[in-house]
Amino acid sequence: MDEFKTVIGLEVHAELDTKSKIYCGCTTEFGGDENTHVCPVCSGMPGVLPMLNRKVVEYCVKAGLALNCAINPYSRQDRKHYFYPDLPKAFQTSQFDQPLCLNGYVDIVAGGQPKRIGITRIHIEEDAGKLIHGADQTRVDYNRCGVPLIEIVTEPDFENSAQVHAFLEALREILLYTEVSNCKMEEGSLRCDVNLSIHREGEPFGTRTEMKNLNSFSAAAAAVEYEAQRQRRVVLGGGKISQDTLRWDDEAGYNYVMRSKEDADEYFYFPEPDIMPMVLSEGYIERIRKTLPELPAKRRERYVQVMGLPMYDAQLLTVSKFISDFFDRTVAAGAQPKAVSNFIMGDITRLLNERGLAPEKVPIQPDAMAELLDLISKGVISNSMGSKVIEIMFEETKSPADIVRERGMAQVSDAGAIRGMCEQVIAENPKIVADYKGGKVKAITALVGQVMKMSRGKANPAMVNQLLEELLK
Amino acid sequence: MNQSISAAEELAALTAHDASCRLAEGTVSSVQLTQLMLDRIAASQNNAFITVNPKALEEAAAADARRQKGEARGPLDGIPMALKDNISTQGLRTTCASRMLAEFVPPYSATVARRLSEAGCVLLGKLNMDEFAMGSTSENSYFGPVRNPRDPQRIAGGSSGGSAAAVAENLAYFTLGSDTGGSVRQPAAMCGVMGMKPTYGRISRYGVVAFASSLDQIGPITKDAQDCALVLNAIAGKDPYDGSSLMNPLPDYLDALKDGAAGLRIGIPKEYMGEGISEEVRMAVERVAGLLEAQGAIVETCSLPRTEYALSAYYVISSAEACSNLGRYDGVKYGYRTQAYANLAEMIEKTRSEGFGDEVKRRILLGTYTLSAGYFDAYYKRAQQARTLIMEDFRKVFRQYDVLLTPTSPVTAWALGQKHANPLEIYAMDVCTVSVNVAGLPALSLPCGTDSQGLPIGAQFIANTLGEAVLLRAAAAAEKGGKA
Repeated sequence: MDEFKTVIGLEVHAELDTKSKIYCGCTTEFGGDENTHVCPVCSGMPGVLPMLNRKVVEYCVKAGLALNCAINPYSRQDRKHYFYPDLPKAFQTSQFDQPLCLNGYVDIVAGGQPKRIGITRIHIEEDAGKLIHGADQTRVDYNRCGVPLIEIVTEPDFENSAQVHAFLEALREILLYTEVSNCKMEEGSLRCDVNLSIHREGEPFGTRTEMKNLNSFSAAAAAVEYEAQRQRRVVLGGGKISQDTLRWDDEAGYNYVMRSKEDADEYFYFPEPDIMPMVLSEGYIERIRKTLPELPAKRRERYVQVMGLPMYDAQLLTVSKFISDFFDRTVAAGAQPKAVSNFIMGDITRLLNERGLAPEKVPIQPDAMAELLDLISKGVISNSMGSKVIEIMFEETKSPADIVRERGMAQVSDAGAIRGMCEQVIAENPKIVADYKGGKVKAITALVGQVMKMSRGKANPAMVNQLLEELLK
Repeated sequence: MNQSISAAEELAALTAHDASCRLAEGTVSSVQLTQLMLDRIAASQNNAFITVNPKALEEAAAADARRQKGEARGPLDGIPMALKDNISTQGLRTTCASRMLAEFVPPYSATVARRLSEAGCVLLGKLNMDEFAMGSTSENSYFGPVRNPRDPQRIAGGSSGGSAAAVAENLAYFTLGSDTGGSVRQPAAMCGVMGMKPTYGRISRYGVVAFASSLDQIGPITKDAQDCALVLNAIAGKDPYDGSSLMNPLPDYLDALKDGAAGLRIGIPKEYMGEGISEEVRMAVERVAGLLEAQGAIVETCSLPRTEYALSAYYVISSAEACSNLGRYDGVKYGYRTQAYANLAEMIEKTRSEGFGDEVKRRILLGTYTLSAGYFDAYYKRAQQARTLIMEDFRKVFRQYDVLLTPTSPVTAWALGQKHANPLEIYAMDVCTVSVNVAGLPALSLPCGTDSQGLPIGAQFIANTLGEAVLLRAAAAAEKGGKA
């Protein structure tokens, strides 16, 4: 450790997963040919007016509640002015001094230590367009213009990159579980700006720099490391930190000055006159609160403490809300938690991967899954036969019982039939039998294999093992 | 003078409702009316029009065809009209009288343009104005000043000067203007026609190029109260594209015309009749009061003590909003772009320097100043506080009165170029009209005679929120009294 403390705060922009844009009916779909998802409103034609999309307010409030914020009953939009070609109105409609959500927090664990990160505010605003630089000209694509965003501003509570990384992971999970944002970093749905300063213990905070363009969690963590070290070098070398805005170059692994304090912007904020203030009733807020799902951290706690699953299982099950819901519903239908977890982490994950499917595409209903596990626990089919049944269930919409019956997959537990097969295998494999009797106890597994093969997998393996041991005494 | 010319004069001078009767009787066609207007527009020297609609006759023929099939759409079907050139019309250039938008053709139509078109109106063209509606004289136009048809050496008033002049010269049966601080009422007064600024939110602003969003409102300019009611019936009401448009149910405004003045409580705020108001204007307004009193109205003097703050509050708020609304004219997407530039910043700077006229730049600078960090509280915030006080004043007097009566403009039309040297002197002329916009109220300017030079004088009625019907009732009664 050195003599410096690092102080970090984040501003995270998340695109909301609404169907239409914040002030018009255009689609929010990513991509599309240049300027095909536009209308007079989002391209800033003279005379147009914004109509606030109610879903945007709802999603922001939902995110705020999930992040433990107070919801502002009276909120307003403001215009933030600057000239840039990606901003067709020359102002971004945002929120200034009356944001929708205030004073929240997220609990994280980083480096084994629990830590609470404060959320200062969350507000709604519109995204800007994109500049496309060509050899001799620059074009503007307004498709992204007016896509709704929430900006989440944290308190300067972070001390290191591990905390930043853990927070971003936790935030992403919460936004995914609340279905507020799809959080696709590669599509720019989640973007992060980092404010960072250093100071010696007992001294006031140092001058902060702001880093933009952090498009992945690892980029954010790397940029934090780099900037914290850079500032230490500057201060130790007797220099002063200037209040710059820096741009992170992820490939090169360093940042460079985008603009310095001298040309710091003035935004001429003023209340948006075309949008009426948002007055949210208690009832409205409570209705949204009721739609909140159980959040992933809570689910993990329940899986471990109530269901007795290992933390490893709990982590994997909660990577996707769909899978976690699938798990809970299968358990609710009567299945053993650990058995469900094993199948999800094993066969289901494998089958999804082989087919290149997203978790939401699991073609099996929780009831059917529970039925399958029931067949296994009752000894109707073996565990390994269960894997085959699941594979068939990925292709056909039949109940596990029907599959087992139609294909004659039921386990044979008839002692007489199994004894006959065992006697035949012993007779046909004198060498293995000799090995076994000569002390190679493991040789019996080869005999079990032979019996299983003979029964086309249907013989109850435990019984086979037991009978073979008896016969070879 | 031969008979056919005077017959044409008579036809052109008809009110919209009389023209509508002729169309219904079949004694004239929309094509005839439209051709008549187009001929008069071509012959006019007063520069009321910026653009003539090349499809006007086509629209008129369509209206005639509907009528022949018995499918006429209503009282305005086939009536030729024109729109102020800050009202977007799809496919027809909408310039705001600015070099910035001199070639701009909108990809969509304003809600009011669409509603009039759906009512069957024929669009004759787009009307001259002060650039971006900033001004009170219609001299701040890239396309040259509008001349007052009553005296072409004088201003037509502004900013909807073309809209008022066109009606006064019988170049259109009615027009629409926009009113941010008096821009419909004052030119109507100066040209001797009727102009109404409805309650903020009564008529959709969608597609009206924004000057000051919290003050702008579209209004009809007509030859009488009945026409005003007809046009209001066609354009007022909730618009899903304008979040500030009001949901309140719409009355049939024609009903209000019959009620007469008996029992109407009229207040004359003393602050509007004092210093700065010309003697002839004051007398004309008092004559209107007398006419209504004779019909049984109760007329009393009242007071709006915060009136003195209105002008400053208005110029602070309107300039702040204008500076924000006009940021989009940067040469990137549409409109004028400077010829030569080295980089983006220079392109935007030169485009705006060359594309905007002096008055627009003055307002942008004023707005930028008042919104700057450190000045916001001293100007914009205080202006908003003044706004609240002014609204309170009105709320109080409307407990006692149905309608207020004031002059529309303190003076009659002045000579073109006369006040160029001193913008503040021109700003001061808005003193009777701006409070209404600041408070979001409806008001109407009624022609009420002429001064000794034969120049029109306007009397203004102001009503409480959504009191358009009361305005029309008072105006119709005064018209009747004037004729009797």
